[in-house]
Amino acid sequence: MQALYAQLLVGLINGSFYALLSLGLAVIFGMLNIINFAHGALYMMGAFVAYFLLNLGGINYWWALIIAPVVVGVFGMILERTMLQWLAGLDHLYGLLLTFGIALIVQGVFQNYFGSSGLPYSIPDQLKGGMNLGFMFLPIYRGWVVIFSLVVCIATWFLIEKTQLGAYLRAATENPTLVRAFGINVPRMITLTYGLGVGLAALAGVLSAPINQVRPLMGADLIIVVFAVVVIGGMGSIMGSIITGFALGVIEGLTKYFYPEASNTVVFVLMVLVLLVKPTGLTGRAA
Amino acid sequence: MAEAKLAEAPAAAAGAEVLAVKDLQAWYGESHILHGINFNVRAGEVVTLLGRNGAGKTTTLKSVMGIIGKRSGSIRFDNQEIIRASSDRIARKGIAFCPEERGIFSSLDVKENLMLPPVVRSGGLSLEQIFTLFPNLKERLSSQGTKLSGGEQQMLAIARILRTGARFLMLDEPTEGLAPVIIQQIGHTIARLKSEGFTILLVEQNFRFASTVADRYYIVEHGKVIDGFSNSELSANMDKLHTYLGV
Repeated sequence: MQALYAQLLVGLINGSFYALLSLGLAVIFGMLNIINFAHGALYMMGAFVAYFLLNLGGINYWWALIIAPVVVGVFGMILERTMLQWLAGLDHLYGLLLTFGIALIVQGVFQNYFGSSGLPYSIPDQLKGGMNLGFMFLPIYRGWVVIFSLVVCIATWFLIEKTQLGAYLRAATENPTLVRAFGINVPRMITLTYGLGVGLAALAGVLSAPINQVRPLMGADLIIVVFAVVVIGGMGSIMGSIITGFALGVIEGLTKYFYPEASNTVVFVLMVLVLLVKPTGLTGRAA
Repeated sequence: MAEAKLAEAPAAAAGAEVLAVKDLQAWYGESHILHGINFNVRAGEVVTLLGRNGAGKTTTLKSVMGIIGKRSGSIRFDNQEIIRASSDRIARKGIAFCPEERGIFSSLDVKENLMLPPVVRSGGLSLEQIFTLFPNLKERLSSQGTKLSGGEQQMLAIARILRTGARFLMLDEPTEGLAPVIIQQIGHTIARLKSEGFTILLVEQNFRFASTVADRYYIVEHGKVIDGFSNSELSANMDKLHTYLGV
Protein backbone atom coordinates (compact mmCIF):
# COMPACT_ATOMS: atom_id res chain seq x y z
CA MET A 1 0.00 0.00 0.00
CA GLN A 2 2.83 2.36 0.87
CA ALA A 3 4.17 2.06 -2.65
CA LEU A 4 0.77 2.84 -4.13
CA TYR A 5 0.46 6.04 -2.11
CA ALA A 6 3.99 7.00 -3.02
CA GLN A 7 3.18 6.60 -6.72
CA LEU A 8 -0.03 8.54 -6.26
CA LEU A 9 1.99 11.39 -4.76
CA VAL A 10 4.48 11.30 -7.63
CA GLY A 11 1.48 11.38 -9.96
CA LEU A 12 0.02 14.41 -8.21
CA ILE A 13 3.37 16.22 -8.41
CA ASN A 14 3.74 15.52 -12.11
CA GLY A 15 0.09 16.43 -12.47
CA SER A 16 0.84 19.81 -10.87
CA PHE A 17 3.44 20.56 -13.52
CA TYR A 18 1.20 19.28 -16.30
CA ALA A 19 -1.63 21.47 -15.04
CA LEU A 20 0.47 24.64 -14.71
CA LEU A 21 1.99 24.15 -18.14
CA SER A 22 -1.15 23.12 -20.01
CA LEU A 23 -3.06 25.98 -18.37
CA GLY A 24 -0.55 28.45 -19.80
CA LEU A 25 -0.69 26.76 -23.19
CA ALA A 26 -4.49 26.98 -23.19
CA VAL A 27 -4.50 30.68 -22.31
CA ILE A 28 -1.88 31.44 -24.97
CA PHE A 29 -3.65 29.36 -27.59
CA GLY A 30 -6.95 31.11 -26.86
CA MET A 31 -5.57 34.62 -27.22
CA LEU A 32 -2.70 34.27 -29.72
CA ASN A 33 -3.88 31.21 -31.61
CA ILE A 34 -0.34 29.91 -31.28
CA ILE A 35 0.71 26.47 -30.12
CA ASN A 36 3.59 27.53 -27.95
CA PHE A 37 6.33 24.95 -28.44
CA ALA A 38 8.74 27.22 -26.53
CA HIS A 39 6.78 26.45 -23.35
CA GLY A 40 9.16 23.72 -22.15
CA ALA A 41 12.21 25.92 -22.74
CA LEU A 42 10.62 28.73 -20.75
CA TYR A 43 9.80 26.29 -17.94
CA MET A 44 13.49 25.35 -17.93
CA MET A 45 14.46 29.03 -17.89
CA GLY A 46 12.31 29.50 -14.78
CA ALA A 47 14.32 26.83 -12.99
CA PHE A 48 17.61 28.36 -14.17
CA VAL A 49 16.59 31.85 -13.02
CA ALA A 50 15.95 30.37 -9.56
CA TYR A 51 19.37 28.67 -9.73
CA PHE A 52 21.16 31.90 -10.74
CA LEU A 53 19.35 33.94 -8.12
CA LEU A 54 20.47 31.54 -5.40
CA ASN A 55 24.03 30.92 -6.56
CA LEU A 56 24.94 34.33 -7.95
CA GLY A 57 22.80 36.64 -5.85
CA GLY A 58 22.12 34.64 -2.71
CA ILE A 59 18.43 35.23 -3.30
CA ASN A 60 16.37 32.42 -1.84
CA TYR A 61 13.62 30.15 -3.15
CA TRP A 62 10.75 32.30 -1.90
CA TRP A 63 11.91 35.34 -3.84
CA ALA A 64 12.60 33.11 -6.83
CA LEU A 65 8.94 32.07 -6.86
CA ILE A 66 8.12 35.71 -7.62
CA ILE A 67 11.17 36.91 -9.56
CA ALA A 68 11.62 33.97 -11.96
CA PRO A 69 8.07 34.16 -13.42
CA VAL A 70 8.47 37.93 -13.83
CA VAL A 71 11.88 37.65 -15.54
CA VAL A 72 10.75 34.85 -17.86
CA GLY A 73 7.41 36.61 -18.40
CA VAL A 74 9.24 39.74 -19.57
CA PHE A 75 11.48 37.61 -21.81
CA GLY A 76 8.31 36.05 -23.25
CA MET A 77 6.73 39.46 -23.83
CA ILE A 78 9.83 40.54 -25.75
CA LEU A 79 9.52 37.39 -27.89
CA GLU A 80 5.87 38.21 -28.51
CA ARG A 81 6.51 41.85 -29.44
CA THR A 82 9.49 41.17 -31.68
CA MET A 83 8.43 37.91 -33.33
CA LEU A 84 5.15 36.20 -32.46
CA GLN A 85 2.92 39.23 -33.13
CA TRP A 86 3.81 39.10 -36.84
CA LEU A 87 2.23 35.65 -37.09
CA ALA A 88 -1.29 36.86 -36.30
CA GLY A 89 -3.72 35.55 -38.87
CA LEU A 90 -1.30 33.04 -40.37
CA ASP A 91 -1.60 29.26 -40.31
CA HIS A 92 -0.85 27.46 -37.01
CA LEU A 93 2.14 25.87 -38.66
CA TYR A 94 4.10 29.14 -38.64
CA GLY A 95 3.63 29.65 -34.90
CA LEU A 96 4.57 26.05 -34.27
CA LEU A 97 7.76 26.30 -36.33
CA LEU A 98 8.80 29.63 -34.83
CA THR A 99 8.24 28.62 -31.22
CA PHE A 100 9.87 25.25 -31.83
CA GLY A 101 12.88 27.09 -33.26
CA ILE A 102 12.98 29.42 -30.26
CA ALA A 103 12.88 26.39 -27.95
CA LEU A 104 15.82 24.77 -29.74
CA ILE A 105 17.87 27.96 -29.61
CA VAL A 106 17.20 28.59 -25.92
CA GLN A 107 17.91 24.98 -25.00
CA GLY A 108 21.04 24.98 -27.18
CA VAL A 109 22.42 28.07 -25.46
CA PHE A 110 21.87 26.59 -22.00
CA GLN A 111 23.34 23.24 -23.05
CA ASN A 112 26.40 25.01 -24.40
CA TYR A 113 27.12 26.55 -21.01
CA PHE A 114 25.75 23.95 -18.60
CA GLY A 115 25.95 20.62 -20.44
CA SER A 116 23.21 18.10 -20.02
CA SER A 117 23.66 17.02 -16.45
CA GLY A 118 21.60 18.38 -13.62
CA LEU A 119 22.56 21.22 -11.31
CA PRO A 120 21.49 20.81 -7.70
CA TYR A 121 18.97 23.12 -6.11
CA SER A 122 18.20 22.35 -2.52
CA ILE A 123 14.84 22.36 -0.82
CA PRO A 124 14.34 25.55 1.23
CA ASP A 125 14.86 25.00 4.96
CA GLN A 126 11.26 25.72 5.85
CA LEU A 127 10.04 22.88 3.63
CA LYS A 128 12.63 20.21 4.53
CA GLY A 129 11.72 16.98 6.22
CA GLY A 130 8.47 15.16 6.12
CA MET A 131 5.52 14.07 8.13
CA ASN A 132 3.99 10.72 8.86
CA LEU A 133 0.37 10.72 7.77
CA GLY A 134 -0.20 7.28 9.29
CA PHE A 135 -0.78 5.56 5.97
CA MET A 136 2.30 7.08 4.31
CA PHE A 137 5.31 9.33 4.76
CA LEU A 138 4.83 12.73 3.06
CA PRO A 139 7.90 14.81 2.22
CA ILE A 140 6.75 18.33 3.07
CA TYR A 141 8.19 19.90 -0.08
CA ARG A 142 6.18 17.56 -2.28
CA GLY A 143 2.97 18.32 -0.43
CA TRP A 144 3.74 22.02 -0.81
CA VAL A 145 4.20 21.72 -4.59
CA VAL A 146 0.83 20.02 -5.02
CA ILE A 147 -1.08 22.45 -2.85
CA PHE A 148 0.65 25.58 -4.13
CA SER A 149 0.14 24.54 -7.76
CA LEU A 150 -3.51 23.87 -7.09
CA VAL A 151 -3.90 27.32 -5.52
CA VAL A 152 -2.16 29.01 -8.48
CA CYS A 153 -4.30 27.08 -10.97
CA ILE A 154 -7.51 28.02 -9.19
CA ALA A 155 -6.40 31.65 -8.87
CA THR A 156 -5.70 31.75 -12.62
CA TRP A 157 -9.08 30.17 -13.32
CA PHE A 158 -10.72 32.78 -11.09
CA LEU A 159 -8.86 35.62 -12.82
CA ILE A 160 -10.02 34.47 -16.23
CA GLU A 161 -13.57 33.33 -15.47
CA LYS A 162 -14.69 35.71 -12.74
CA THR A 163 -13.03 39.12 -13.12
CA GLN A 164 -13.45 42.06 -15.48
CA LEU A 165 -9.93 41.56 -16.80
CA GLY A 166 -10.82 37.95 -17.51
CA ALA A 167 -13.98 39.09 -19.30
CA TYR A 168 -11.80 41.24 -21.61
CA LEU A 169 -9.62 38.21 -22.19
CA ARG A 170 -12.49 35.84 -22.96
CA ALA A 171 -14.17 38.43 -25.19
CA ALA A 172 -10.93 39.14 -27.05
CA THR A 173 -10.44 35.41 -27.58
CA GLU A 174 -13.82 35.37 -29.33
CA ASN A 175 -13.76 38.65 -31.26
CA PRO A 176 -10.59 40.73 -30.83
CA THR A 177 -11.66 43.29 -33.46
CA LEU A 178 -14.83 44.24 -31.62
CA VAL A 179 -13.15 44.33 -28.20
CA ARG A 180 -10.59 46.71 -29.66
CA ALA A 181 -13.38 48.83 -31.14
CA PHE A 182 -14.70 49.23 -27.59
CA GLY A 183 -11.48 51.00 -26.64
CA ILE A 184 -9.36 48.19 -25.25
CA ASN A 185 -5.76 47.96 -26.37
CA VAL A 186 -5.95 44.36 -27.53
CA PRO A 187 -2.35 44.06 -28.82
CA ARG A 188 -1.07 45.03 -25.37
CA MET A 189 -3.44 42.54 -23.79
CA ILE A 190 -2.11 39.79 -26.08
CA THR A 191 1.44 40.60 -25.01
CA LEU A 192 0.47 40.47 -21.34
CA THR A 193 -1.38 37.19 -21.87
CA TYR A 194 1.70 35.61 -23.38
CA GLY A 195 3.67 36.94 -20.41
CA LEU A 196 1.16 35.38 -18.01
CA GLY A 197 1.21 32.03 -19.79
CA VAL A 198 4.99 31.71 -19.85
CA GLY A 199 5.18 33.12 -16.31
CA LEU A 200 3.12 30.12 -15.18
CA ALA A 201 5.60 27.84 -16.97
CA ALA A 202 8.51 29.55 -15.21
CA LEU A 203 6.75 29.15 -11.87
CA ALA A 204 6.42 25.43 -12.52
CA GLY A 205 10.13 25.43 -13.32
CA VAL A 206 11.01 26.96 -9.95
CA LEU A 207 8.75 24.48 -8.15
CA SER A 208 10.38 21.59 -9.94
CA ALA A 209 14.01 22.69 -9.35
CA PRO A 210 14.39 21.08 -5.89
CA ILE A 211 12.70 17.85 -7.05
CA ASN A 212 14.11 17.23 -10.51
CA GLN A 213 17.31 19.30 -10.47
CA VAL A 214 18.00 22.06 -12.98
CA ARG A 215 18.81 20.76 -16.46
CA PRO A 216 18.79 22.43 -19.90
CA LEU A 217 16.61 19.63 -21.32
CA MET A 218 14.20 19.36 -18.38
CA GLY A 219 11.52 21.17 -20.38
CA ALA A 220 12.05 19.25 -23.59
CA ASP A 221 11.35 15.98 -21.77
CA LEU A 222 8.26 17.31 -20.02
CA ILE A 223 6.67 19.27 -22.85
CA ILE A 224 5.95 16.22 -24.98
CA VAL A 225 3.76 14.76 -22.25
CA VAL A 226 2.18 18.17 -21.65
CA PHE A 227 1.17 18.43 -25.29
CA ALA A 228 -0.47 15.02 -25.01
CA VAL A 229 -2.28 16.32 -21.91
CA VAL A 230 -3.45 19.36 -23.86
CA VAL A 231 -4.66 17.22 -26.75
CA ILE A 232 -6.59 15.00 -24.32
CA GLY A 233 -8.10 17.88 -22.38
CA GLY A 234 -8.81 20.09 -25.35
CA MET A 235 -7.43 23.57 -25.89
CA GLY A 236 -10.60 25.49 -25.22
CA SER A 237 -11.15 25.22 -21.50
CA ILE A 238 -9.21 26.60 -18.54
CA MET A 239 -10.76 24.30 -15.95
CA GLY A 240 -10.48 21.43 -18.42
CA SER A 241 -6.72 21.83 -18.72
CA ILE A 242 -6.29 22.02 -14.94
CA ILE A 243 -8.36 18.91 -14.25
CA THR A 244 -6.84 16.96 -17.15
CA GLY A 245 -3.35 17.90 -15.97
CA PHE A 246 -3.83 16.59 -12.46
CA ALA A 247 -5.88 13.57 -13.60
CA LEU A 248 -3.27 12.40 -16.08
CA GLY A 249 -0.52 12.79 -13.51
CA VAL A 250 -2.48 10.50 -11.20
CA ILE A 251 -3.25 8.02 -13.98
CA GLU A 252 0.45 7.88 -14.79
CA GLY A 253 1.23 7.30 -11.10
CA LEU A 254 -1.31 4.49 -10.83
CA THR A 255 0.06 2.89 -13.97
CA LYS A 256 3.53 2.94 -12.42
CA TYR A 257 2.15 0.91 -9.54
CA PHE A 258 -0.10 -1.53 -11.37
CA TYR A 259 1.74 -1.95 -14.68
CA PRO A 260 5.07 -0.08 -14.61
CA GLU A 261 5.97 -1.13 -18.15
CA ALA A 262 3.22 1.11 -19.52
CA SER A 263 3.85 4.14 -17.31
CA ASN A 264 5.70 6.07 -20.01
CA THR A 265 3.18 5.37 -22.72
CA VAL A 266 -0.17 5.45 -20.92
CA VAL A 267 -0.68 9.17 -21.62
CA PHE A 268 -0.06 8.68 -25.32
CA VAL A 269 -2.36 5.66 -25.50
CA LEU A 270 -5.06 7.80 -23.87
CA MET A 271 -4.32 10.55 -26.35
CA VAL A 272 -4.88 8.20 -29.28
CA LEU A 273 -8.13 6.92 -27.76
CA VAL A 274 -9.44 10.44 -27.14
CA LEU A 275 -8.49 11.55 -30.65
CA LEU A 276 -10.38 8.60 -32.09
CA VAL A 277 -13.52 9.30 -30.09
CA LYS A 278 -13.50 13.09 -29.69
CA PRO A 279 -10.88 14.86 -31.83
CA THR A 280 -11.38 18.23 -30.12
CA GLY A 281 -10.39 16.78 -26.72
CA LEU A 282 -12.53 16.05 -23.68
CA THR A 283 -13.46 19.68 -22.95
CA GLY A 284 -12.42 21.31 -26.19
CA ARG A 285 -14.41 23.20 -28.74
CA ALA A 286 -14.02 22.84 -32.48
CA ALA A 287 -11.24 25.02 -33.85
CA MET B 1 -21.72 66.61 -58.90
CA ALA B 2 -23.71 65.48 -55.88
CA GLU B 3 -20.82 66.10 -53.50
CA ALA B 4 -20.98 69.87 -53.77
CA LYS B 5 -24.63 69.79 -52.92
CA LEU B 6 -24.08 67.45 -49.98
CA ALA B 7 -21.72 69.78 -48.26
CA GLU B 8 -24.60 72.22 -47.90
CA ALA B 9 -27.29 69.66 -47.22
CA PRO B 10 -29.70 71.35 -44.83
CA ALA B 11 -29.39 70.31 -41.24
CA ALA B 12 -32.47 69.41 -39.27
CA ALA B 13 -30.69 69.93 -35.99
CA ALA B 14 -28.30 72.83 -36.31
CA GLY B 15 -25.55 71.47 -34.10
CA ALA B 16 -21.85 71.75 -34.75
CA GLU B 17 -20.30 69.30 -37.15
CA VAL B 18 -19.22 66.21 -35.19
CA LEU B 19 -18.15 63.89 -37.97
CA ALA B 20 -16.84 64.94 -41.38
CA VAL B 21 -15.90 62.23 -43.86
CA LYS B 22 -14.13 63.33 -47.03
CA ASP B 23 -13.05 61.23 -49.98
CA LEU B 24 -12.96 58.08 -47.84
CA GLN B 25 -11.55 55.10 -49.70
CA ALA B 26 -11.24 51.64 -48.17
CA TRP B 27 -9.99 48.21 -49.18
CA TYR B 28 -10.57 44.63 -48.01
CA GLY B 29 -7.30 43.02 -49.01
CA GLU B 30 -7.02 43.71 -52.72
CA SER B 31 -10.64 44.64 -53.31
CA HIS B 32 -11.38 48.34 -53.38
CA ILE B 33 -14.72 48.78 -51.56
CA LEU B 34 -15.15 52.50 -50.89
CA HIS B 35 -14.38 54.89 -53.76
CA GLY B 36 -14.66 58.29 -52.13
CA ILE B 37 -17.35 58.63 -49.48
CA ASN B 38 -18.36 62.17 -48.46
CA PHE B 39 -20.82 63.05 -45.71
CA ASN B 40 -21.09 64.76 -42.37
CA VAL B 41 -23.03 64.44 -39.13
CA ARG B 42 -23.89 67.32 -36.82
CA ALA B 43 -24.36 67.16 -33.07
CA GLY B 44 -27.73 65.79 -32.01
CA GLU B 45 -28.67 64.47 -35.45
CA VAL B 46 -29.77 61.02 -36.53
CA VAL B 47 -28.21 60.46 -39.95
CA THR B 48 -29.00 57.35 -41.94
CA LEU B 49 -26.94 55.74 -44.66
CA LEU B 50 -29.27 53.98 -47.08
CA GLY B 51 -28.33 51.73 -49.94
CA ARG B 52 -28.54 48.25 -51.34
CA ASN B 53 -26.70 45.24 -50.03
CA GLY B 54 -22.99 45.52 -50.69
CA ALA B 55 -23.12 49.25 -51.43
CA GLY B 56 -20.49 49.98 -48.76
CA LYS B 57 -22.57 51.20 -45.80
CA THR B 58 -21.16 48.78 -43.25
CA THR B 59 -17.66 49.32 -44.59
CA THR B 60 -18.14 53.05 -44.09
CA LEU B 61 -19.02 52.55 -40.41
CA LYS B 62 -16.13 50.14 -39.95
CA SER B 63 -13.77 52.61 -41.58
CA VAL B 64 -14.87 55.38 -39.22
CA MET B 65 -14.32 52.93 -36.34
CA GLY B 66 -10.82 52.11 -37.61
CA ILE B 67 -11.59 48.44 -38.14
CA ILE B 68 -10.78 48.41 -41.87
CA GLY B 69 -7.02 48.13 -42.15
CA LYS B 70 -6.47 49.97 -45.41
CA ARG B 71 -8.24 53.31 -45.75
CA SER B 72 -7.44 56.76 -47.07
CA GLY B 73 -9.04 60.18 -47.26
CA SER B 74 -10.12 62.13 -44.22
CA ILE B 75 -12.30 61.32 -41.23
CA ARG B 76 -12.55 64.18 -38.76
CA PHE B 77 -14.28 63.61 -35.44
CA ASP B 78 -14.66 66.59 -33.09
CA ASN B 79 -12.23 68.41 -35.38
CA GLN B 80 -9.53 65.79 -34.99
CA GLU B 81 -8.25 63.71 -37.89
CA ILE B 82 -8.74 59.99 -37.05
CA ILE B 83 -8.08 58.31 -40.41
CA ARG B 84 -4.80 56.85 -39.11
CA ALA B 85 -5.87 56.15 -35.51
CA SER B 86 -6.26 52.58 -34.21
CA SER B 87 -9.79 51.51 -33.34
CA ASP B 88 -9.15 51.46 -29.58
CA ARG B 89 -8.01 55.09 -29.74
CA ILE B 90 -11.02 56.05 -31.86
CA ALA B 91 -13.33 54.45 -29.30
CA ARG B 92 -11.61 56.42 -26.54
CA LYS B 93 -12.41 59.64 -28.40
CA GLY B 94 -16.11 58.91 -27.87
CA ILE B 95 -17.38 56.88 -30.82
CA ALA B 96 -19.32 53.73 -29.96
CA PHE B 97 -20.14 51.01 -32.46
CA CYS B 98 -22.94 48.47 -32.52
CA PRO B 99 -22.11 45.97 -35.28
CA GLU B 100 -24.58 44.37 -37.65
CA GLU B 101 -23.95 40.88 -36.26
CA ARG B 102 -24.47 42.39 -32.77
CA GLY B 103 -21.28 40.89 -31.44
CA ILE B 104 -22.66 39.38 -28.24
CA PHE B 105 -19.96 37.23 -26.64
CA SER B 106 -20.97 33.64 -25.97
CA SER B 107 -18.29 33.09 -23.31
CA LEU B 108 -19.67 36.03 -21.29
CA ASP B 109 -22.98 36.23 -19.46
CA VAL B 110 -25.38 39.12 -20.04
CA LYS B 111 -23.99 41.17 -17.16
CA GLU B 112 -20.40 40.68 -18.36
CA ASN B 113 -21.43 41.60 -21.91
CA LEU B 114 -23.11 44.72 -20.58
CA MET B 115 -20.10 45.74 -18.49
CA LEU B 116 -17.49 44.87 -21.14
CA PRO B 117 -16.96 48.16 -23.00
CA PRO B 118 -14.86 50.40 -20.77
CA VAL B 119 -16.18 53.82 -19.79
CA VAL B 120 -14.40 56.34 -22.03
CA ARG B 121 -15.77 59.48 -20.43
CA SER B 122 -18.24 60.51 -17.77
CA GLY B 123 -21.90 61.03 -18.56
CA GLY B 124 -22.79 57.51 -19.66
CA LEU B 125 -26.07 55.93 -18.66
CA SER B 126 -26.20 54.20 -15.29
CA LEU B 127 -27.29 50.57 -15.06
CA GLU B 128 -30.57 51.80 -13.60
CA GLN B 129 -31.24 54.04 -16.62
CA ILE B 130 -30.32 51.20 -18.95
CA PHE B 131 -32.76 48.84 -17.25
CA THR B 132 -35.49 51.48 -17.59
CA LEU B 133 -34.85 51.52 -21.34
CA PHE B 134 -34.49 47.74 -21.62
CA PRO B 135 -36.36 46.05 -18.76
CA ASN B 136 -35.92 42.59 -20.34
CA LEU B 137 -32.18 42.67 -19.77
CA LYS B 138 -32.52 42.99 -16.02
CA GLU B 139 -34.29 39.63 -15.84
CA ARG B 140 -31.58 37.86 -17.83
CA LEU B 141 -28.37 39.16 -16.28
CA SER B 142 -26.88 35.77 -15.48
CA SER B 143 -27.87 34.09 -18.77
CA GLN B 144 -25.23 33.31 -21.34
CA GLY B 145 -25.10 36.24 -23.77
CA THR B 146 -25.96 34.23 -26.86
CA LYS B 147 -28.90 32.48 -25.15
CA LEU B 148 -30.95 35.68 -25.48
CA SER B 149 -33.49 36.10 -28.26
CA GLY B 150 -32.45 38.13 -31.31
CA GLY B 151 -34.31 41.18 -30.06
CA GLU B 152 -32.79 40.94 -26.60
CA GLN B 153 -29.33 40.54 -28.09
CA GLN B 154 -29.85 43.69 -30.15
CA MET B 155 -30.95 45.56 -27.03
CA LEU B 156 -27.93 44.28 -25.15
CA ALA B 157 -25.67 45.37 -28.00
CA ILE B 158 -27.12 48.90 -27.85
CA ALA B 159 -27.32 48.99 -24.06
CA ARG B 160 -23.66 48.19 -23.50
CA ILE B 161 -22.43 51.13 -25.58
CA LEU B 162 -24.69 53.57 -23.70
CA ARG B 163 -22.75 52.92 -20.50
CA THR B 164 -19.48 54.14 -21.95
CA GLY B 165 -20.20 57.86 -22.05
CA ALA B 166 -19.69 58.01 -25.82
CA ARG B 167 -22.14 60.52 -27.31
CA PHE B 168 -21.70 59.42 -30.92
CA LEU B 169 -23.31 56.07 -31.71
CA MET B 170 -22.98 54.08 -34.91
CA LEU B 171 -25.73 51.46 -35.26
CA ASP B 172 -25.43 48.99 -38.12
CA GLU B 173 -28.83 47.64 -39.15
CA PRO B 174 -30.30 47.44 -35.65
CA THR B 175 -33.64 46.13 -36.95
CA GLU B 176 -32.35 43.33 -39.15
CA GLY B 177 -34.27 40.10 -38.68
CA LEU B 178 -36.40 41.35 -35.79
CA ALA B 179 -40.15 41.18 -35.20
CA PRO B 180 -42.18 44.37 -35.86
CA VAL B 181 -42.96 44.93 -32.18
CA ILE B 182 -39.23 44.81 -31.33
CA ILE B 183 -38.40 47.12 -34.23
CA GLN B 184 -40.88 49.56 -32.78
CA GLN B 185 -39.22 49.34 -29.39
CA ILE B 186 -35.82 50.02 -30.94
CA GLY B 187 -37.32 52.98 -32.79
CA HIS B 188 -38.57 54.41 -29.49
CA THR B 189 -35.16 53.87 -27.96
CA ILE B 190 -33.40 55.72 -30.77
CA ALA B 191 -35.89 58.61 -30.52
CA ARG B 192 -35.32 58.71 -26.78
CA LEU B 193 -31.54 58.75 -27.18
CA LYS B 194 -31.80 61.55 -29.73
CA SER B 195 -33.94 63.60 -27.36
CA GLU B 196 -31.23 63.15 -24.75
CA GLY B 197 -28.67 64.61 -27.09
CA PHE B 198 -26.97 61.56 -28.53
CA THR B 199 -25.74 61.83 -32.12
CA ILE B 200 -26.51 58.72 -34.14
CA LEU B 201 -25.21 57.42 -37.45
CA LEU B 202 -27.49 54.65 -38.62
CA VAL B 203 -27.12 52.13 -41.38
CA GLU B 204 -30.44 50.69 -42.53
CA GLN B 205 -31.96 48.63 -45.30
CA ASN B 206 -35.37 49.08 -43.73
CA PHE B 207 -36.27 52.45 -45.17
CA ARG B 208 -39.67 52.59 -43.45
CA PHE B 209 -37.99 52.21 -40.10
CA ALA B 210 -35.32 54.79 -40.92
CA SER B 211 -37.93 57.35 -41.91
CA THR B 212 -39.39 57.26 -38.38
CA VAL B 213 -36.13 58.29 -36.71
CA ALA B 214 -33.78 59.99 -39.18
CA ASP B 215 -33.14 63.71 -39.70
CA ARG B 216 -31.12 63.24 -42.86
CA TYR B 217 -30.30 60.52 -45.37
CA TYR B 218 -27.38 59.73 -47.56
CA ILE B 219 -27.62 57.23 -50.39
CA VAL B 220 -24.61 54.96 -50.79
CA GLU B 221 -24.05 53.10 -54.06
CA HIS B 222 -20.96 51.29 -55.36
CA GLY B 223 -18.83 52.70 -52.57
CA LYS B 224 -19.85 56.33 -53.12
CA VAL B 225 -22.38 58.70 -51.63
CA ILE B 226 -24.56 59.58 -54.62
CA ASP B 227 -27.29 61.67 -53.03
CA GLY B 228 -28.51 63.15 -49.80
CA PHE B 229 -31.57 64.92 -48.44
CA SER B 230 -33.26 65.81 -45.20
CA ASN B 231 -36.39 64.25 -43.76
CA SER B 232 -38.51 67.24 -44.84
CA GLU B 233 -37.44 66.65 -48.44
CA LEU B 234 -38.37 63.02 -48.22
CA SER B 235 -41.70 63.03 -50.02
CA ALA B 236 -40.23 65.02 -52.91
CA ASN B 237 -37.50 62.42 -53.24
CA MET B 238 -39.57 59.26 -52.94
CA ASP B 239 -39.38 58.36 -56.61
CA LYS B 240 -35.62 58.75 -56.72
CA LEU B 241 -35.33 56.73 -53.53
CA HIS B 242 -37.31 53.84 -54.95
CA THR B 243 -34.96 53.77 -57.91
CA TYR B 244 -31.87 53.87 -55.69
CA LEU B 245 -33.04 51.16 -53.36
CA GLY B 246 -34.85 49.10 -55.94
CA VAL B 247 -37.92 48.74 -53.78
